[in-house]
Amino acid sequence: MLVTVGGSEAIDIALRAMVDPGDEVLIPQPSYVSYEPCAVLAGAKPVIIELKHENQFRLTAQELEDAITDKTKILILPFPNNPTGAIMERKDLEAIAEVILKHDLFVLSDEIYAELCYTEKHVSIVNIDGMRERTILINGFSKSHAMTGWRLGYACGPKEIIEQMYKIHQFCIMCAPTTSQYAAIDALKNGDEDVQMMREAYNQRRRYLVHAFQEMKLECFEPFGAFYIFPCIREFGLTSDEFATRFLNEEKVAVVPGTAFGDCGEGFIRISYAYSLEKLKIAMEKLEHFINRLRAEK
Amino acid sequence: MREKILSIIEKNSRIDLRELAIILGEEETDIVNEMEQMEKEGVICGYHTLIDWEKTNVEKVSALIEVRVTPQRGHGFDSIAERIYKYPEVHAVYLISGGYDLLVSLEGKSLKEVSNFVSDKLSTLDTVLSTATHFILKKYKDHGTILDKKEVDERIQVTP
Repeated sequence: MLVTVGGSEAIDIALRAMVDPGDEVLIPQPSYVSYEPCAVLAGAKPVIIELKHENQFRLTAQELEDAITDKTKILILPFPNNPTGAIMERKDLEAIAEVILKHDLFVLSDEIYAELCYTEKHVSIVNIDGMRERTILINGFSKSHAMTGWRLGYACGPKEIIEQMYKIHQFCIMCAPTTSQYAAIDALKNGDEDVQMMREAYNQRRRYLVHAFQEMKLECFEPFGAFYIFPCIREFGLTSDEFATRFLNEEKVAVVPGTAFGDCGEGFIRISYAYSLEKLKIAMEKLEHFINRLRAEK
Repeated sequence: MREKILSIIEKNSRIDLRELAIILGEEETDIVNEMEQMEKEGVICGYHTLIDWEKTNVEKVSALIEVRVTPQRGHGFDSIAERIYKYPEVHAVYLISGGYDLLVSLEGKSLKEVSNFVSDKLSTLDTVLSTATHFILKKYKDHGTILDKKEVDERIQVTP
Protein backbone atom coordinates (compact mmCIF):
# COMPACT_ATOMS: atom_id res chain seq x y z
CA MET A 1 0.00 0.00 0.00
CA LEU A 2 1.16 3.50 -0.83
CA VAL A 3 -0.24 6.80 0.46
CA THR A 4 -0.41 9.34 -2.34
CA VAL A 5 -1.23 13.00 -3.00
CA GLY A 6 -4.87 12.34 -3.83
CA GLY A 7 -6.16 9.50 -5.97
CA SER A 8 -4.89 11.47 -8.98
CA GLU A 9 -1.25 10.84 -8.15
CA ALA A 10 -1.98 7.14 -7.66
CA ILE A 11 -3.54 6.92 -11.14
CA ASP A 12 -0.54 8.62 -12.71
CA ILE A 13 2.22 6.64 -11.00
CA ALA A 14 0.39 3.32 -11.28
CA LEU A 15 0.26 3.75 -15.05
CA ARG A 16 3.85 4.94 -15.23
CA ALA A 17 5.01 1.97 -13.16
CA MET A 18 3.08 -0.61 -15.14
CA VAL A 19 3.06 0.23 -18.84
CA ASP A 20 5.77 -0.07 -21.46
CA PRO A 21 5.75 2.03 -24.63
CA GLY A 22 3.11 0.73 -27.01
CA ASP A 23 1.07 -1.11 -24.38
CA GLU A 24 -2.64 -0.54 -24.65
CA VAL A 25 -4.65 0.77 -21.72
CA LEU A 26 -8.41 0.20 -21.87
CA ILE A 27 -10.39 3.20 -20.65
CA PRO A 28 -14.17 2.99 -20.37
CA GLN A 29 -15.78 6.38 -21.02
CA PRO A 30 -17.52 8.60 -19.98
CA SER A 31 -15.10 8.73 -17.08
CA TYR A 32 -12.76 10.94 -15.11
CA VAL A 33 -10.67 13.23 -17.28
CA SER A 34 -7.15 12.18 -16.30
CA TYR A 35 -6.99 8.49 -17.31
CA GLU A 36 -6.44 9.13 -20.98
CA PRO A 37 -3.72 11.84 -20.68
CA CYS A 38 -1.97 9.88 -17.91
CA ALA A 39 -1.86 6.82 -20.16
CA VAL A 40 -0.43 8.95 -23.00
CA LEU A 41 2.18 10.51 -20.69
CA ALA A 42 3.20 7.02 -19.60
CA GLY A 43 3.83 6.13 -23.26
CA ALA A 44 0.86 3.83 -23.59
CA LYS A 45 -1.85 3.84 -26.20
CA PRO A 46 -5.25 4.63 -24.69
CA VAL A 47 -8.05 2.51 -26.10
CA ILE A 48 -11.50 3.88 -25.36
CA ILE A 49 -14.47 1.64 -24.56
CA GLU A 50 -17.68 3.60 -25.04
CA LEU A 51 -20.16 2.75 -22.30
CA LYS A 52 -23.83 2.67 -23.22
CA HIS A 53 -26.75 4.49 -21.71
CA GLU A 54 -28.92 1.40 -22.27
CA ASN A 55 -26.53 -0.63 -20.08
CA GLN A 56 -26.82 2.05 -17.39
CA PHE A 57 -23.21 2.91 -18.28
CA ARG A 58 -21.90 -0.37 -16.84
CA LEU A 59 -19.02 -2.13 -18.54
CA THR A 60 -20.07 -5.46 -20.07
CA ALA A 61 -17.83 -8.48 -20.64
CA GLN A 62 -18.57 -8.32 -24.36
CA GLU A 63 -17.50 -4.67 -24.65
CA LEU A 64 -14.30 -5.55 -22.83
CA GLU A 65 -13.65 -8.62 -24.97
CA ASP A 66 -14.14 -6.60 -28.16
CA ALA A 67 -11.51 -4.04 -27.14
CA ILE A 68 -8.75 -6.48 -26.21
CA THR A 69 -5.76 -7.00 -28.54
CA ASP A 70 -2.43 -8.76 -27.97
CA LYS A 71 -1.03 -5.39 -26.83
CA THR A 72 -3.62 -4.83 -24.09
CA LYS A 73 -2.11 -4.62 -20.63
CA ILE A 74 -4.43 -2.81 -18.22
CA LEU A 75 -8.12 -2.14 -17.83
CA ILE A 76 -9.05 0.99 -15.92
CA LEU A 77 -12.21 0.31 -13.96
CA PRO A 78 -13.80 3.58 -12.78
CA PHE A 79 -16.81 2.61 -10.62
CA PRO A 80 -18.81 4.08 -8.92
CA ASN A 81 -18.44 6.37 -11.87
CA ASN A 82 -17.82 10.06 -12.31
CA PRO A 83 -19.73 11.48 -14.28
CA THR A 84 -22.53 8.93 -14.76
CA GLY A 85 -23.10 7.68 -11.20
CA ALA A 86 -23.09 4.11 -12.57
CA ILE A 87 -22.02 1.22 -10.35
CA MET A 88 -20.88 -2.34 -11.01
CA GLU A 89 -22.56 -5.05 -8.96
CA ARG A 90 -20.87 -8.31 -8.02
CA LYS A 91 -22.33 -10.20 -11.00
CA ASP A 92 -21.08 -7.49 -13.38
CA LEU A 93 -17.60 -7.67 -11.85
CA GLU A 94 -17.52 -11.47 -12.02
CA ALA A 95 -18.16 -11.32 -15.75
CA ILE A 96 -15.37 -8.76 -16.17
CA ALA A 97 -12.96 -10.77 -13.99
CA GLU A 98 -13.45 -13.82 -16.19
CA VAL A 99 -12.29 -11.90 -19.27
CA ILE A 100 -9.39 -10.31 -17.38
CA LEU A 101 -8.14 -13.73 -16.25
CA LYS A 102 -8.59 -15.25 -19.69
CA HIS A 103 -6.36 -12.59 -21.28
CA ASP A 104 -3.99 -12.24 -18.32
CA LEU A 105 -4.52 -8.47 -17.86
CA PHE A 106 -4.11 -6.04 -14.98
CA VAL A 107 -6.86 -3.85 -13.54
CA LEU A 108 -6.54 -0.31 -12.22
CA SER A 109 -9.66 0.00 -10.12
CA ASP A 110 -10.45 3.59 -9.17
CA GLU A 111 -12.88 3.23 -6.27
CA ILE A 112 -12.70 6.78 -4.93
CA TYR A 113 -16.53 6.83 -4.62
CA ALA A 114 -16.76 3.43 -2.89
CA GLU A 115 -18.36 4.91 0.24
CA LEU A 116 -21.05 6.58 -1.85
CA CYS A 117 -23.26 3.70 -2.95
CA TYR A 118 -26.96 4.03 -2.30
CA THR A 119 -28.55 0.65 -2.91
CA GLU A 120 -26.15 -1.91 -1.58
CA LYS A 121 -22.64 -1.82 -0.25
CA HIS A 122 -19.92 -1.29 -2.81
CA VAL A 123 -18.17 -4.45 -4.05
CA SER A 124 -14.53 -4.16 -5.10
CA ILE A 125 -13.17 -6.25 -7.92
CA VAL A 126 -10.39 -7.43 -5.56
CA ASN A 127 -13.07 -9.47 -3.80
CA ILE A 128 -13.50 -11.64 -6.89
CA ASP A 129 -11.29 -14.76 -6.91
CA GLY A 130 -7.97 -14.33 -8.67
CA MET A 131 -8.22 -10.54 -8.98
CA ARG A 132 -6.31 -9.38 -5.92
CA GLU A 133 -3.00 -10.45 -7.48
CA ARG A 134 -3.58 -8.37 -10.61
CA THR A 135 -5.40 -5.28 -9.36
CA ILE A 136 -4.21 -1.88 -8.21
CA LEU A 137 -7.01 -0.47 -6.10
CA ILE A 138 -7.18 3.30 -5.71
CA ASN A 139 -9.14 5.13 -3.07
CA GLY A 140 -8.79 8.26 -0.98
CA PHE A 141 -10.43 10.72 1.36
CA SER A 142 -11.64 13.37 -1.08
CA LYS A 143 -15.12 11.94 -1.57
CA SER A 144 -15.76 9.69 1.42
CA HIS A 145 -14.71 12.38 3.89
CA ALA A 146 -15.14 15.47 1.69
CA MET A 147 -11.40 16.19 2.14
CA THR A 148 -10.83 17.12 -1.51
CA GLY A 149 -8.34 19.90 -0.88
CA TRP A 150 -6.35 17.85 1.64
CA ARG A 151 -4.96 15.82 -1.27
CA LEU A 152 -4.84 12.36 0.21
CA GLY A 153 -5.32 9.06 -1.54
CA TYR A 154 -3.85 5.62 -1.57
CA ALA A 155 -3.08 2.68 -3.81
CA CYS A 156 -3.15 -0.98 -2.77
CA GLY A 157 -1.83 -3.83 -4.85
CA PRO A 158 0.80 -6.51 -5.42
CA LYS A 159 4.12 -5.72 -3.73
CA GLU A 160 6.12 -5.81 -6.98
CA ILE A 161 4.03 -3.04 -8.55
CA ILE A 162 3.68 -0.90 -5.44
CA GLU A 163 7.48 -0.95 -5.03
CA GLN A 164 7.96 0.51 -8.49
CA MET A 165 5.26 3.12 -7.83
CA TYR A 166 7.00 3.98 -4.59
CA LYS A 167 10.19 4.88 -6.46
CA ILE A 168 8.38 7.37 -8.71
CA HIS A 169 6.47 8.72 -5.71
CA GLN A 170 9.70 9.34 -3.78
CA PHE A 171 11.46 11.02 -6.66
CA CYS A 172 8.66 13.36 -7.62
CA ILE A 173 6.84 14.21 -4.40
CA MET A 174 8.67 12.63 -1.39
CA CYS A 175 5.51 12.00 0.61
CA ALA A 176 1.86 12.90 0.84
CA PRO A 177 1.40 15.91 3.16
CA THR A 178 1.79 14.70 6.75
CA THR A 179 -0.71 17.25 8.09
CA SER A 180 -3.33 15.61 5.86
CA GLN A 181 -2.21 12.13 6.91
CA TYR A 182 -2.75 12.95 10.59
CA ALA A 183 -6.14 14.45 9.76
CA ALA A 184 -7.06 11.33 7.79
CA ILE A 185 -6.06 9.05 10.69
CA ASP A 186 -8.51 10.96 12.84
CA ALA A 187 -11.15 10.76 10.12
CA LEU A 188 -10.72 6.97 10.01
CA LYS A 189 -10.89 6.61 13.78
CA ASN A 190 -13.77 8.97 14.45
CA GLY A 191 -15.47 9.80 11.16
CA ASP A 192 -17.72 6.81 10.41
CA GLU A 193 -20.87 8.52 11.63
CA ASP A 194 -20.19 11.59 9.53
CA VAL A 195 -19.69 9.45 6.43
CA GLN A 196 -23.00 7.71 7.13
CA MET A 197 -24.72 11.06 7.66
CA MET A 198 -23.37 12.48 4.42
CA ARG A 199 -24.29 9.34 2.49
CA GLU A 200 -27.88 9.77 3.69
CA ALA A 201 -27.85 13.47 2.75
CA TYR A 202 -26.48 12.69 -0.75
CA ASN A 203 -29.06 9.95 -1.12
CA GLN A 204 -31.87 12.41 -0.31
CA ARG A 205 -30.55 14.84 -2.90
CA ARG A 206 -30.17 12.00 -5.43
CA ARG A 207 -33.82 10.97 -4.99
CA TYR A 208 -34.88 14.58 -5.27
CA LEU A 209 -33.03 15.04 -8.58
CA VAL A 210 -34.24 11.74 -10.09
CA HIS A 211 -37.78 12.81 -9.25
CA ALA A 212 -37.27 16.34 -10.56
CA PHE A 213 -36.05 14.98 -13.92
CA GLN A 214 -39.03 12.64 -14.13
CA GLU A 215 -41.34 15.60 -13.59
CA MET A 216 -39.52 17.55 -16.31
CA LYS A 217 -39.69 14.49 -18.58
CA LEU A 218 -35.93 14.62 -18.99
CA GLU A 219 -34.53 11.20 -19.87
CA CYS A 220 -32.22 9.95 -17.14
CA PHE A 221 -31.28 6.58 -15.72
CA GLU A 222 -31.20 6.34 -11.94
CA PRO A 223 -27.61 6.54 -10.67
CA PHE A 224 -26.75 4.40 -7.65
CA GLY A 225 -23.31 5.73 -6.79
CA ALA A 226 -21.01 8.76 -6.52
CA PHE A 227 -22.68 12.18 -6.34
CA TYR A 228 -23.45 12.79 -9.99
CA ILE A 229 -26.45 12.44 -12.21
CA PHE A 230 -26.15 12.32 -15.98
CA PRO A 231 -29.36 13.28 -17.80
CA CYS A 232 -29.73 12.99 -21.57
CA ILE A 233 -30.35 16.25 -23.45
CA ARG A 234 -30.49 14.92 -27.02
CA GLU A 235 -34.14 15.89 -27.47
CA PHE A 236 -33.20 19.58 -27.66
CA GLY A 237 -31.00 19.19 -30.75
CA LEU A 238 -28.09 20.97 -29.08
CA THR A 239 -24.62 19.61 -28.38
CA SER A 240 -23.65 19.17 -24.73
CA ASP A 241 -21.38 22.19 -25.07
CA GLU A 242 -24.08 24.38 -26.55
CA PHE A 243 -26.56 23.30 -23.90
CA ALA A 244 -24.12 23.96 -21.03
CA THR A 245 -23.05 27.34 -22.44
CA ARG A 246 -26.60 28.54 -23.03
CA PHE A 247 -27.74 27.31 -19.61
CA LEU A 248 -24.85 29.20 -18.03
CA ASN A 249 -25.51 32.40 -19.97
CA GLU A 250 -29.28 32.38 -19.74
CA GLU A 251 -29.88 30.98 -16.26
CA LYS A 252 -26.47 31.43 -14.58
CA VAL A 253 -26.20 27.76 -13.64
CA ALA A 254 -23.07 25.75 -14.45
CA VAL A 255 -23.26 22.12 -15.53
CA VAL A 256 -20.48 20.10 -17.11
CA PRO A 257 -21.00 18.98 -20.72
CA GLY A 258 -20.79 15.19 -21.03
CA THR A 259 -18.10 15.52 -23.68
CA ALA A 260 -15.63 16.63 -20.98
CA PHE A 261 -15.55 12.94 -20.00
CA GLY A 262 -15.07 11.50 -23.46
CA ASP A 263 -16.63 11.87 -26.90
CA CYS A 264 -19.35 9.37 -26.03
CA GLY A 265 -20.58 11.82 -23.36
CA GLU A 266 -22.11 13.84 -26.22
CA GLY A 267 -25.82 14.36 -25.61
CA PHE A 268 -25.49 14.33 -21.83
CA ILE A 269 -24.72 16.79 -19.05
CA ARG A 270 -23.28 16.11 -15.63
CA ILE A 271 -24.92 17.55 -12.55
CA SER A 272 -23.20 17.24 -9.19
CA TYR A 273 -25.28 16.94 -6.04
CA ALA A 274 -22.46 17.66 -3.65
CA TYR A 275 -24.21 21.01 -3.13
CA SER A 276 -27.04 21.57 -0.63
CA LEU A 277 -30.64 20.57 -1.33
CA GLU A 278 -31.72 24.23 -1.05
CA LYS A 279 -29.33 25.26 -3.82
CA LEU A 280 -30.25 22.22 -5.94
CA LYS A 281 -33.90 23.23 -5.75
CA ILE A 282 -33.10 26.66 -7.14
CA ALA A 283 -30.99 25.04 -9.88
CA MET A 284 -33.84 22.66 -10.80
CA GLU A 285 -36.31 25.53 -11.04
CA LYS A 286 -33.93 27.26 -13.41
CA LEU A 287 -33.37 24.08 -15.40
CA GLU A 288 -37.10 23.54 -15.79
CA HIS A 289 -37.49 27.11 -16.93
CA PHE A 290 -34.65 26.66 -19.40
CA ILE A 291 -35.83 23.39 -20.94
CA ASN A 292 -39.38 24.67 -21.24
CA ARG A 293 -37.98 27.53 -23.27
CA LEU A 294 -35.93 25.13 -25.42
CA ARG A 295 -38.99 22.97 -26.03
CA ALA A 296 -41.01 26.03 -27.02
CA GLU A 297 -38.30 27.06 -29.50
CA LYS A 298 -38.55 23.83 -31.42
CA MET B 1 -38.51 5.74 8.37
CA ARG B 2 -39.49 7.29 11.72
CA GLU B 3 -35.98 8.34 12.72
CA LYS B 4 -35.28 9.72 9.25
CA ILE B 5 -38.46 11.83 9.29
CA LEU B 6 -37.62 13.12 12.75
CA SER B 7 -34.03 14.03 11.94
CA ILE B 8 -35.25 16.15 9.01
CA ILE B 9 -38.25 17.86 10.60
CA GLU B 10 -36.28 18.58 13.77
CA LYS B 11 -34.29 21.02 11.65
CA ASN B 12 -37.08 22.05 9.28
CA SER B 13 -40.64 21.54 10.47
CA ARG B 14 -42.03 23.46 7.50
CA ILE B 15 -40.76 21.03 4.88
CA ASP B 16 -43.35 20.15 2.27
CA LEU B 17 -44.56 16.59 2.99
CA ARG B 18 -44.48 15.68 -0.67
CA GLU B 19 -40.84 16.71 -0.84
CA LEU B 20 -40.11 14.79 2.35
CA ALA B 21 -41.59 11.69 0.69
CA ILE B 22 -39.44 12.21 -2.42
CA ILE B 23 -36.13 12.62 -0.66
CA LEU B 24 -36.78 9.65 1.64
CA GLY B 25 -38.02 7.48 -1.23
CA GLU B 26 -41.37 6.82 0.51
CA GLU B 27 -45.04 7.30 -0.39
CA GLU B 28 -46.51 10.62 0.71
CA THR B 29 -49.48 8.91 2.40
CA ASP B 30 -47.08 6.78 4.47
CA ILE B 31 -45.27 9.90 5.63
CA VAL B 32 -48.54 11.62 6.56
CA ASN B 33 -49.73 8.53 8.48
CA GLU B 34 -46.43 8.13 10.30
CA MET B 35 -46.41 11.78 11.35
CA GLU B 36 -49.99 11.60 12.59
CA GLN B 37 -49.08 8.50 14.55
CA MET B 38 -46.07 10.22 16.11
CA GLU B 39 -48.22 13.21 17.04
CA LYS B 40 -50.70 10.84 18.75
CA GLU B 41 -47.94 9.05 20.59
CA GLY B 42 -46.47 12.35 21.73
CA VAL B 43 -43.18 11.71 19.94
CA ILE B 44 -43.83 14.93 18.03
CA CYS B 45 -44.92 17.42 20.68
CA GLY B 46 -45.28 20.58 18.62
CA TYR B 47 -44.02 22.66 15.69
CA HIS B 48 -42.42 25.83 16.96
CA THR B 49 -40.65 28.75 15.36
CA LEU B 50 -37.19 29.81 16.45
CA ILE B 51 -37.23 33.60 16.78
CA ASP B 52 -34.39 35.96 17.55
CA TRP B 53 -36.45 38.57 19.41
CA GLU B 54 -33.33 40.76 19.65
CA LYS B 55 -33.85 41.68 16.00
CA THR B 56 -37.43 42.85 16.58
CA ASN B 57 -38.82 45.86 18.39
CA VAL B 58 -40.23 43.68 21.14
CA GLU B 59 -38.48 43.95 24.50
CA LYS B 60 -37.99 40.60 26.17
CA VAL B 61 -35.94 39.42 29.10
CA SER B 62 -34.99 35.78 29.59
CA ALA B 63 -33.66 34.20 32.73
CA LEU B 64 -32.55 30.83 33.99
CA ILE B 65 -33.41 30.23 37.63
CA GLU B 66 -31.76 27.60 39.78
CA VAL B 67 -34.25 26.39 42.38
CA ARG B 68 -33.46 24.25 45.43
CA VAL B 69 -36.54 22.54 46.86
CA THR B 70 -37.50 20.02 49.51
CA PRO B 71 -38.78 16.86 47.84
CA GLN B 72 -42.21 15.80 49.04
CA ARG B 73 -43.11 12.41 50.41
CA GLY B 74 -44.76 10.29 47.73
CA HIS B 75 -44.32 12.87 44.98
CA GLY B 76 -40.59 13.59 44.92
CA PHE B 77 -40.03 16.63 42.77
CA ASP B 78 -42.99 16.10 40.43
CA SER B 79 -45.69 18.06 42.23
CA ILE B 80 -43.51 21.10 42.87
CA ALA B 81 -42.32 21.01 39.25
CA GLU B 82 -45.96 20.92 38.14
CA ARG B 83 -46.84 23.93 40.26
CA ILE B 84 -44.02 25.85 38.63
CA TYR B 85 -44.60 24.82 35.01
CA LYS B 86 -48.27 25.82 35.17
CA TYR B 87 -47.27 29.49 35.13
CA PRO B 88 -47.54 30.66 31.52
CA GLU B 89 -44.39 32.81 31.75
CA VAL B 90 -42.36 29.68 32.49
CA HIS B 91 -40.79 28.35 29.29
CA ALA B 92 -39.16 25.20 30.52
CA VAL B 93 -38.58 23.27 33.73
CA TYR B 94 -35.86 20.65 34.09
CA LEU B 95 -34.94 18.38 37.02
CA ILE B 96 -31.17 18.69 37.34
CA SER B 97 -28.50 16.58 38.97
CA GLY B 98 -25.86 18.36 41.04
CA GLY B 99 -25.89 21.51 43.19
CA TYR B 100 -29.60 22.37 42.83
CA ASP B 101 -32.83 20.62 41.87
CA LEU B 102 -34.87 22.44 39.25
CA LEU B 103 -33.79 24.69 36.42
CA VAL B 104 -36.56 27.07 35.36
CA SER B 105 -36.37 28.98 32.12
CA LEU B 106 -38.43 32.13 32.14
CA GLU B 107 -39.36 34.91 29.78
CA GLY B 108 -40.73 38.31 30.77
CA LYS B 109 -41.17 41.81 29.39
CA SER B 110 -38.69 43.42 31.76
CA LEU B 111 -36.19 42.78 34.54
CA LYS B 112 -38.85 43.91 37.00
CA GLU B 113 -41.41 41.43 35.73
CA VAL B 114 -38.97 38.55 36.06
CA SER B 115 -37.82 39.59 39.52
CA ASN B 116 -41.43 40.00 40.61
CA PHE B 117 -42.16 36.47 39.47
CA VAL B 118 -39.23 35.13 41.46
CA SER B 119 -39.98 37.05 44.62
CA ASP B 120 -43.79 36.83 44.57
CA LYS B 121 -44.56 33.50 42.95
CA LEU B 122 -41.53 31.24 43.05
CA SER B 123 -39.70 31.85 46.31
CA THR B 124 -42.97 31.96 48.29
CA LEU B 125 -43.80 28.32 47.48
CA ASP B 126 -43.31 26.45 50.79
CA THR B 127 -41.10 23.71 49.37
CA VAL B 128 -38.70 26.18 47.72
CA LEU B 129 -35.57 26.58 49.82
CA SER B 130 -33.63 29.03 47.65
CA THR B 131 -33.40 30.51 44.15
CA ALA B 132 -30.57 31.93 42.08
CA THR B 133 -31.61 33.98 39.03
CA HIS B 134 -29.33 34.29 36.00
CA PHE B 135 -30.37 36.77 33.34
CA ILE B 136 -29.45 35.89 29.77
CA LEU B 137 -27.40 38.65 28.18
CA LYS B 138 -26.97 37.26 24.69
CA LYS B 139 -28.09 34.17 22.80
CA TYR B 140 -25.37 32.86 20.52
CA LYS B 141 -26.97 29.59 19.54
CA ASP B 142 -30.39 28.10 20.22
CA HIS B 143 -31.89 24.75 19.18
CA GLY B 144 -28.77 23.97 17.17
CA THR B 145 -29.04 27.18 15.17
CA ILE B 146 -26.47 29.98 15.34
CA LEU B 147 -28.41 33.22 15.86
CA ASP B 148 -25.63 35.75 15.53
CA LYS B 149 -24.18 34.76 12.19
CA LYS B 150 -21.00 36.46 11.07
CA GLU B 151 -20.74 37.87 7.57
CA VAL B 152 -18.56 35.59 5.51
CA ASP B 153 -16.57 36.67 2.47
CA GLU B 154 -17.61 34.00 -0.01
CA ARG B 155 -14.95 34.75 -2.57
CA ILE B 156 -12.59 31.84 -2.89
CA GLN B 157 -9.15 32.57 -1.48
CA VAL B 158 -7.24 29.56 -2.77
CA THR B 159 -6.86 27.81 -6.09
CA PRO B 160 -9.05 24.72 -5.94
